Amino acid sequence: MHYIKNLRQYGIFIVFSIICLIISFISPQFLTVSNWTIIITQVSINALLAFGVTFVIITGGIDLSLGSIVAVAGVSAAMLAHPDSYPVLVPVFAGLLAGLLIGAFNGFIITKSKIAPFIVTLGTMTIGRGLALILSNGRPVSNLSEPFVFIGSGKIMNIPVLIVILVLMFILCSIILNKTILGRYIYAVGGNEQAARASGINVTQVKMAVYSISGLLAGLAGILLTSRITTGQPNAGAGFELDAIAAVVIGGTSTTGGKGTIAGTLIGVLLIGVINNSLDLLNVTSYYQQVVMGIIIIGAVVLDSLNQKSNS
Amino acid sequence: MHPADEQILKVNGLSKSFFGVKALDNIHFDLKRGEVHALMGENGAGKSTFMKILIGLLKADAGSISFNSEQIENMDVHSIMKKGISMIHQEILMVPELSVAQNIFLGREIKRAYLLDEQAINQQAENLLQSMGLNIKVQTKAKHLSIAELQLVEIAKAVSNNARVIIMDEPSSALSEKEVEILFNTIKDLKSKGVAIIYISHKMEEIFQIADRITVLRDGKFIATKPAAELDKSNLISLMVGRELEELFYANSITQPEVILKVKNLNKKGKFSDINFDVHAGEVLGIAGLMGAGRTEIAKAIYGLDSFDSGEIMLKGKKLEIRSPKEAIREGIGYVSEDRKALGFIPELSVKQNISLSSILNYSKSWFIDENKEEKASSKIAKQLNIKASGLNQKVMNLSGGNQQKVVIARVLMASPSLIILDEPTRGIDIGAKHEIYKLIRKLTESGLAVIMISSELPEILGMSNRILVLSKGKQKTILTQKEASQEKIMQYALH
Repeated sequence: MHYIKNLRQYGIFIVFSIICLIISFISPQFLTVSNWTIIITQVSINALLAFGVTFVIITGGIDLSLGSIVAVAGVSAAMLAHPDSYPVLVPVFAGLLAGLLIGAFNGFIITKSKIAPFIVTLGTMTIGRGLALILSNGRPVSNLSEPFVFIGSGKIMNIPVLIVILVLMFILCSIILNKTILGRYIYAVGGNEQAARASGINVTQVKMAVYSISGLLAGLAGILLTSRITTGQPNAGAGFELDAIAAVVIGGTSTTGGKGTIAGTLIGVLLIGVINNSLDLLNVTSYYQQVVMGIIIIGAVVLDSLNQKSNS
Repeated sequence: MHPADEQILKVNGLSKSFFGVKALDNIHFDLKRGEVHALMGENGAGKSTFMKILIGLLKADAGSISFNSEQIENMDVHSIMKKGISMIHQEILMVPELSVAQNIFLGREIKRAYLLDEQAINQQAENLLQSMGLNIKVQTKAKHLSIAELQLVEIAKAVSNNARVIIMDEPSSALSEKEVEILFNTIKDLKSKGVAIIYISHKMEEIFQIADRITVLRDGKFIATKPAAELDKSNLISLMVGRELEELFYANSITQPEVILKVKNLNKKGKFSDINFDVHAGEVLGIAGLMGAGRTEIAKAIYGLDSFDSGEIMLKGKKLEIRSPKEAIREGIGYVSEDRKALGFIPELSVKQNISLSSILNYSKSWFIDENKEEKASSKIAKQLNIKASGLNQKVMNLSGGNQQKVVIARVLMASPSLIILDEPTRGIDIGAKHEIYKLIRKLTESGLAVIMISSELPEILGMSNRILVLSKGKQKTILTQKEASQEKIMQYALH
């Protein structure tokens, strides 16, 4: 009994393992260190966005402005990252601040106006895109300093910096959700907002916090993306929010709130990466990849709802 | 016409197990035309499993159900409803944005040439409600109706579905005395038309008022079916719990002179006005009144869940400016809501996490939760309150109503309040758990806690309170001492 219940809980982990196993039989290249380095590097940007929006979705909200935050943060950082202008911490700080501010703005409007997060962040998505174009005058910002470029393409002890950052953020986000008061409050607000308020939780603060975290991580993703492609693109990140939300949903976080884990989101991110990677290895064109991805998103949610039904 | 005692429903040897645990064990039951048959038992006795099988939501493992001499145990929900068995659920299932008439005909709309015939729908709905003596406008949106009206409309809907058997699950739990009267008149009317009613309730007074026969289940087993006239309250209770229960009386006779809460001239437009009372240490102040008299609104204003227009609230001599429950808890006020599901607990969180939710700062170091400390503290209070769960990590959504309520009370107590407000603390929970909660309140007052208890159940208010404040239409009518108070007196003031 207990065993079966655990199987269910870890359903997505098992599906992921099975898929990996099958692919490794079909393509011997799949289970190599170099291939996995490629996979993880490729998913790292999406992973940061997905970690951030996991917080938001657990409270029952949504954040559609992630892609635009990536662009604003990327462009702001790039503008301050020319060689011989400022130390590398300045553009990094600027990118993070840009993300944090937009995230806090989302949180502020959502809690003050009581307008649905979907609408508010849809608005911020457009505002953010406009800001990125205004800041950059509509042109890519290039000529970036070497230390700044190092963040996205360098290695520490032969491990890509991107992967190091990803691992650190994974641990940090997991700790926030599982070990801190804020984490507990996030689950409480998502599980039953009214009861959370009546239990003495400041719901406004919790919501401000999750949208700020989401913005901050999107800012970080923007910095990493800019560093990796060595230009600040005002059009970067378009549609990224949807990939991130897809990963969160595949990872078992309920869009109605109250439930979800960072580990699940990581698996969701990796599953998307693995599928894309293996279809690449198998020479399937990217057109088909999109169809497969869509089927997986729907399949994951159907699986989850079936689990919930049989649980109750 | 059919003879009055003709059997309409016959259940034989019904059994059902979940994961090897017997939820129902060889149940026998029968129902006659035009009878009100009460189904009694503590929570977990198997009543709802039984009803779910009856209406086709669950399949029985063994046994037979015959309805009008036809075997129905293998039919699905829709076929059974068409045959004429309808259930009025505890939670009302109506579309709030649709009108009463549209709701009544939902799923079987009247059409003319493929288009909806709204006129006919309204006309037929109106005839239906009139025939039942209900004064509800059929074009009102469902969201504007009171819970009582919604329930009556649900019953009307069942009647218009040609229901011959109507199952009512705790129909009166959200109704005022006046509304219960309307409900009972409707039931009597249905009886006279030959409709049989299975009535599930925890309220003894009602059962004896309305039921012809009573069937008692305990721990999934059939205990007895007897004519209501052959039973009284105490032997019915002993059938249900399998033991004798002492008479309800728990008020603590020794209250302390210290005034914990003082409410002065509290006003909120349209809700309540000129509310003045104080609560002493170790005292239970009961608040009685009909639904809508302003009881819950006053509680919410004190607790910072709602605002108020003017007046003063003082706790231990200190004037409070509370704008949120968070501040109320910090000042030492706790609130157990009448609406457990909406305001009481977080269903997805565990027993432990719910218990510690209001006092988590006491079990943490800076931003981090100290899980050992949290575990120890919540385990201790869970034992004190006798919370029955498979473990502290069980989700609260999977507990029975009584245990959920204990979890909510535990959460409130963990914040070390000096005053707690209990709003309908025993609504919808079984007798065993009820008495445990009464005993707990007694124990808390003995240790000096001040308690405000709001309740619609007069025996409960009378048995528990040192003084009783009676409200009517937002106005404070009187404060009776325990000696002065009686059911009749309270009702006189409440109806005034």
